[in-house]
Amino acid sequence: MYTEAVMDHFSNPRNVGEIKDADGVGEAGNPVCGDIMRIYVKIEDQRIVDIKFKTFGCGAAIATSSILTEMVKGKTIAEAEKVTNRAVAEALGGLPPHKMHCSNLAADALHKALDAYRQSHLQFTAGEADSSSAIG
Amino acid sequence: MERIYLDHAATTPTDPRVVEVMLPYFTEVFGNPSGIYQEGRAGKKAIDESREKVARLLGAADFREIIFTGSGSEADNLAISGVAWANRGKGNHIITSSIEHHAVLNTCKHLEKYGFTVTYLPVDKYGMVAPEAVREAITDRTILVSLMHANNEVGTVQPIAEISKIVHEKGVLFHTDAVQTVGSIPLHLKELGVDLLSLSAHKFYGPKGVGALYVKKGTRLSRLIHGGAQERQLRAGTENVAGIVGLAKALELAITELEENNSRLVEFRDYFINELMSRIDRVKLNGHPTKRLPGNVNVSFEFVEGESILLILDLKGIAASSGSACTSGSLDPSHVLLAMGLSHEVAHGSIRLSIGRENTKTQLDYVCGVLEEGVARLREMSPLYQARARKERSV
Repeated sequence: MYTEAVMDHFSNPRNVGEIKDADGVGEAGNPVCGDIMRIYVKIEDQRIVDIKFKTFGCGAAIATSSILTEMVKGKTIAEAEKVTNRAVAEALGGLPPHKMHCSNLAADALHKALDAYRQSHLQFTAGEADSSSAIG
Repeated sequence: MERIYLDHAATTPTDPRVVEVMLPYFTEVFGNPSGIYQEGRAGKKAIDESREKVARLLGAADFREIIFTGSGSEADNLAISGVAWANRGKGNHIITSSIEHHAVLNTCKHLEKYGFTVTYLPVDKYGMVAPEAVREAITDRTILVSLMHANNEVGTVQPIAEISKIVHEKGVLFHTDAVQTVGSIPLHLKELGVDLLSLSAHKFYGPKGVGALYVKKGTRLSRLIHGGAQERQLRAGTENVAGIVGLAKALELAITELEENNSRLVEFRDYFINELMSRIDRVKLNGHPTKRLPGNVNVSFEFVEGESILLILDLKGIAASSGSACTSGSLDPSHVLLAMGLSHEVAHGSIRLSIGRENTKTQLDYVCGVLEEGVARLREMSPLYQARARKERSV
């Protein structure tokens, strides 16, 4: 049912964990559906220098989170924003059809993390807030 | 890698002693049982003997009360649709429970499209139907009550004999889906007192593709499959002779060896549950602690999702199943667990391990270790576990 790439990322997930002083945190999914993905990013010079994830969910949910972190680590924000859920699924050699919607939300979580970064960054440059934390 | 099979509630391997008695009916004794010649008569004889054996083993009053079908699901369909259509003049109300197998639930839902009304009784936190709730639900339009003997997911065994008395006081027919209990726990038709009972061979080490419906003498039933006069005109189609012979043999073995297997499975089950509970925190046993199927272990591990546990188990050579949505093919987790009041997130983290004849205690110890490690690894990854840990630290 799952490709080798999915099983590889499920068995040895990359970049699991959290970043205590993250510049942005984004979350997608909900526990009712059985999938929650949380992505933490560290940004320097408009580039993702570190990324970690925590995921509650099925094999596909864990594998998509893991491969996404590999796909965007070291990339600029602009590049990372172009990564779609579909691209994540394709990088894994495809997902079973019923997993495409409920368990393939890692890119959504990433985009939310980047949005959170942008919000705090804007506030910071405007000098209106002294807190750059985007953790809600 | 050695495989450890722990999904006996889904299906069981066919006992070699059963395969042996089936084999001649594929080759030597191949005649159509409807034929009047010797080859046909031999097949007919095998079916008749099997029917008598099954009737005797279940405690039926007459061998003609056993109708062979193609599966347990077909037996459920025949029982419910059969009674519904044959008794349409008397009423249109059916009572069942919210935790039935889909063979029952979806048959009831289908009948609702044709003017039948169905009451889906709730269950308590153990998955138990209250006998008094059945009494209260019966109206003068009720024609059938259908309640499973034991639940396939959580293993809860219902008080069928007690409910049977209530249903019959009201003059209503009573069907039980006994697919999980026949050959697994002591069962006698006279004690249960039901009018119809479904069973399936592959759940008790018989072959797949064959089941049976017990239909008490005098119960009016409409057929589902139209054609020849097989099975008292209730189920057309050339009989699955080898399958029927296999079903009867498997039932004979299961009942003869029931006591020994049963006590061993109960011991293993309780040992396994205790081990899990003592070695892993935040584990919940689903179903009744004692009124449950001998080999059934159904547990929820909080903060993790069932399918990912199954994948870890499979990688370590272990086969089990889950009530998570990801394995059901729908977006919702198990309807049984939700009906018992579990939250969606806890239901998603449930797995069922059903122990069988060939499992050993050493295997169970190994599985327990794999679960302990696997659940810990998934919790490390889980944002829910992280949030809970933080909350508990701050209290």
